[in-house]
Amino acid sequence: MASAYTPGLLVTESILVRKRRRLPILGEVMVEQGAMVSPHDVVARTNIPGDPETINIANHLGLEGDEIMEFMVKKVGDPVTTGEPIARKSSFFGLFKTDVASPVDGTVDNISEITGVVTLRRPAVPVAVEAYVSGRVVEVMPREGVVIETPAALVQGIFGVGGETQGELLMLAETSADVLSADLIKPEHKGKILVGGSLVTGDAMRRAGELGVVGLVAGGIIDRDLIDYLGHDIGVAITGSEDIPISMIVTEGFGQINMANKTFDLFKKLSGSTASINGATQIRAGVMRPEIIVALDHLSGASERDTETGMTDGTLIRMIREPYFGQLATVNTLPPELQVLESGSKVRVLTAKLMDSGEVVTVPRANVELIEG
Amino acid sequence: MQTVQSDCERGDLRLQPESFLVIDCGSTTTKALLLKKREGVFVVSARTEAPTTVEAPAEDITLGVLSAVEQLEIQLGYPLLRNGRFIHPSEPDGSGVDFVGATCSAGGGLQILVAGVIKSMTAASAERAALGAGAIVADVIAIDDGRTQYEKLARIATIRPDIVLVSGGVDGGNVSHVVKMAELLYSAGVRPRHGEGKVPVIFAGNKDARDAIRDILSSSSDARVVDNLRPQLEVEHIAPARQEIQNAFMSHVMVSAPRYSRLTELTSTPVLPTPAAVGKAIEHIGRTTGKTVLACDIGGATTDFFTYSSGRLYRTVSANLGMSYSIANVAAQAGLAAIGRYLPFAYDDVEVTNSLANKMIRPTSLPATPAELALEQAVVRAALRLALRHHRALVGDVRGVRQQREISQTLEQDRPAYAEDDMLGVDMIIGSGSPLSMAPRRSQAMTMLLDGLMPQGVTEILLDGRFTLPQIGLISEHYPDIAWQILWSEGLVPLGTVIAPVYNHTRLGASLARVSLQLPNGRRVERVIRSGDLLRIPYTSEEMGRLTITPVAHVDVGAGPGKTRIVATRGGEVGLVLDGRGRPLPEPSGSSQATSAALRQAREMDLFPPAVLADFARRGGEAL
Repeated sequence: MASAYTPGLLVTESILVRKRRRLPILGEVMVEQGAMVSPHDVVARTNIPGDPETINIANHLGLEGDEIMEFMVKKVGDPVTTGEPIARKSSFFGLFKTDVASPVDGTVDNISEITGVVTLRRPAVPVAVEAYVSGRVVEVMPREGVVIETPAALVQGIFGVGGETQGELLMLAETSADVLSADLIKPEHKGKILVGGSLVTGDAMRRAGELGVVGLVAGGIIDRDLIDYLGHDIGVAITGSEDIPISMIVTEGFGQINMANKTFDLFKKLSGSTASINGATQIRAGVMRPEIIVALDHLSGASERDTETGMTDGTLIRMIREPYFGQLATVNTLPPELQVLESGSKVRVLTAKLMDSGEVVTVPRANVELIEG
Repeated sequence: MQTVQSDCERGDLRLQPESFLVIDCGSTTTKALLLKKREGVFVVSARTEAPTTVEAPAEDITLGVLSAVEQLEIQLGYPLLRNGRFIHPSEPDGSGVDFVGATCSAGGGLQILVAGVIKSMTAASAERAALGAGAIVADVIAIDDGRTQYEKLARIATIRPDIVLVSGGVDGGNVSHVVKMAELLYSAGVRPRHGEGKVPVIFAGNKDARDAIRDILSSSSDARVVDNLRPQLEVEHIAPARQEIQNAFMSHVMVSAPRYSRLTELTSTPVLPTPAAVGKAIEHIGRTTGKTVLACDIGGATTDFFTYSSGRLYRTVSANLGMSYSIANVAAQAGLAAIGRYLPFAYDDVEVTNSLANKMIRPTSLPATPAELALEQAVVRAALRLALRHHRALVGDVRGVRQQREISQTLEQDRPAYAEDDMLGVDMIIGSGSPLSMAPRRSQAMTMLLDGLMPQGVTEILLDGRFTLPQIGLISEHYPDIAWQILWSEGLVPLGTVIAPVYNHTRLGASLARVSLQLPNGRRVERVIRSGDLLRIPYTSEEMGRLTITPVAHVDVGAGPGKTRIVATRGGEVGLVLDGRGRPLPEPSGSSQATSAALRQAREMDLFPPAVLADFARRGGEAL
């Protein structure tokens, strides 16, 4: 049955994680099916075609487009070096020569007899894809990449910045309300992924970058602090390629929000483990959630993610909007009729019992997410 | 174009359907609408919505559709589905429905790269064709656009458009320039946004260049040829290019929405892009009323604008201006002050920006408190303003774009013939999209349109009252009479008439115009609009009243400075609004002045219940 709920983020101690590692264009896969890999192993590589450069041979030699072939000294596919003639026109019985020299190293890509323009292609740029996580290669996509599978603990965040990296997880917070501030970050944290409680400050992000910390995780961040750190607005939330030295993930949202207890407890347990972290986030047109993955030796009662369950009485949920933002609750009732909220909007609601206070509240169904994993 | 058989043969639509189920799949929400015939007319029987499910983990557009329909079944008390498929046509026991259709904008906006020869001429016409097809123009590359060859190549290589539109050269004219543009595209290697297939490249330039263009581009692209959109210098002919863009969109881009093919199997007729469907309704309204219409559809990711004027429809899609996925981008472009000025309570900058960022990352969540609603409605105003500017800059003179321009005007064609904010030519404004249509109070919708679009003169304001324009537009493809009956009886809600005098600077409180409303029962209501005023006169009537507006000497209400104007009006659910605030709306001198002005407006326009307004006043430190 189709479900009308906001799926939650995955926070689980043990699940089979599959990561697809693909090249941007076809290339060569470097590992075989069944091979065990480590995060920094190159699993596939290719060459990205170089940038094109065009030269108007006809203009240089005072010709029409359909006349240039006679004067070309290079043909399509020939390599060229900077300064090497690619076309030559001789005059006065060969006494005077006019050369058109290549401005770049590369290859002749195209010669147009209509416009008299030659296109050169600069040398290709090599690109490699690493494994990112430890695990086993379970599928090889010929010339494209691989799928790596590993039992792992997995925490998905709600928003992040920065790309893929690895490091040792270190819990710095005593409670899920603690603030991860700059003064808590020390030189010995170099190479680590630090976990806080309710908030990571902008100063903490700067300090972390200075000291070689590779990742920061907390419940929330102040939107303004993030914009100040990045130097630009977030805009439409497609992240992961920022020019910053760290990856940062928030698990709850913007503002100071206590990290969910389940998430906090899991990070405490994983402190000291090596993790792969990726802050890349895309909220639509192919959702990507930021993540922290800790590869394990084996599963412990894990299950595939079940996307078929909906909400029923007793389902554990979390509030994702004011006035109960971040609070855990259990579903009490699911009335079918629309109800009017304090804002005046008429929407489908549910009643839920808040776990902290026991109070039963009425909230829009769109303002809760399932606790998954 | 891809076609898929549904449960019954395509074309086997009932001649006289008794019920319609039409679904609109938006970027954020999927809406299901059931219309049934009662006593000879079609009425909205039920309406539900569910979160759109194109994103992970669902990644199946039909899940949101089925969820919305299941809610309909609960409301109606009878089944519409059986074994995951629609019961179609309806059965003697009442279950099922006679027509199932869908509109879609869930796959993301159509992104087009425009390439032309001369930026101000063929490239500009191509851009209008692209925008008119409901596309987002990723970039306009022209031979004379000021960029170096390398910069153009690098830019083309970076963009991953859904479609490329190439134009250039009048028929019979020079070929080499447009061929050079094609070679540029070939050299750069255009890659599609989704997957690794061939990008559709539509050539709409000099017909003498067609063979050369095909030779250059067909190995690396899905090359298509249509009539020149600029066959002569003074003639613009964009319809064929626009149609081909839509064809390419249907066959290439919409299918990228996950399980889109399954959606097409469920419906009786081909799925229509949402902007195209809304455009049909706007075109009908303009054609039948003879008025210049400005319409907006504000969504979660994009805001669409439509102008109908002098027999032509113009449509733009402002990418990344919307109220869920794009809300933080609206705030970034407009600036916090442009939003905060509409909040009727004191606010903290940090809290506001956090709140908007949280809406962005949880786009399907809803405002539950009056303060949150007020904040989102303030952002709507900013989004409308930004998108309208974009629309006006691209569409041109709304008083009537001539199809055939005089040669002497050719070089001045991209200079608008009016001031950018001139709204005197607009007779009617229609608002659509969930933030407007589903606003708890009609006065809220009216005020968002008033502040966002800043109408001038005398303007009728209507609302797509249940957000049904996309569905009505779809029905009109097959059953136009039924569609237009639904439009006028169930779809459009008259909100009222705005009288906004146009004047240069004058002192606050100066008299601008006298307004006299002659009611059908013989009563007369008279008011004076003064500079700085915002007044509402509740008025709605089945019969027309007669509105006489007499401006003072230098003030214009649409008939010329100082000239009296007489219009017929039925008012609407909000009534008459006399707006003497001036255009553009004056900037408040500080945050407390802004809060006071917003509170006064909220009270005058009855935007919130008195208890809520009192609470806002306490938050602003002022008593009402």
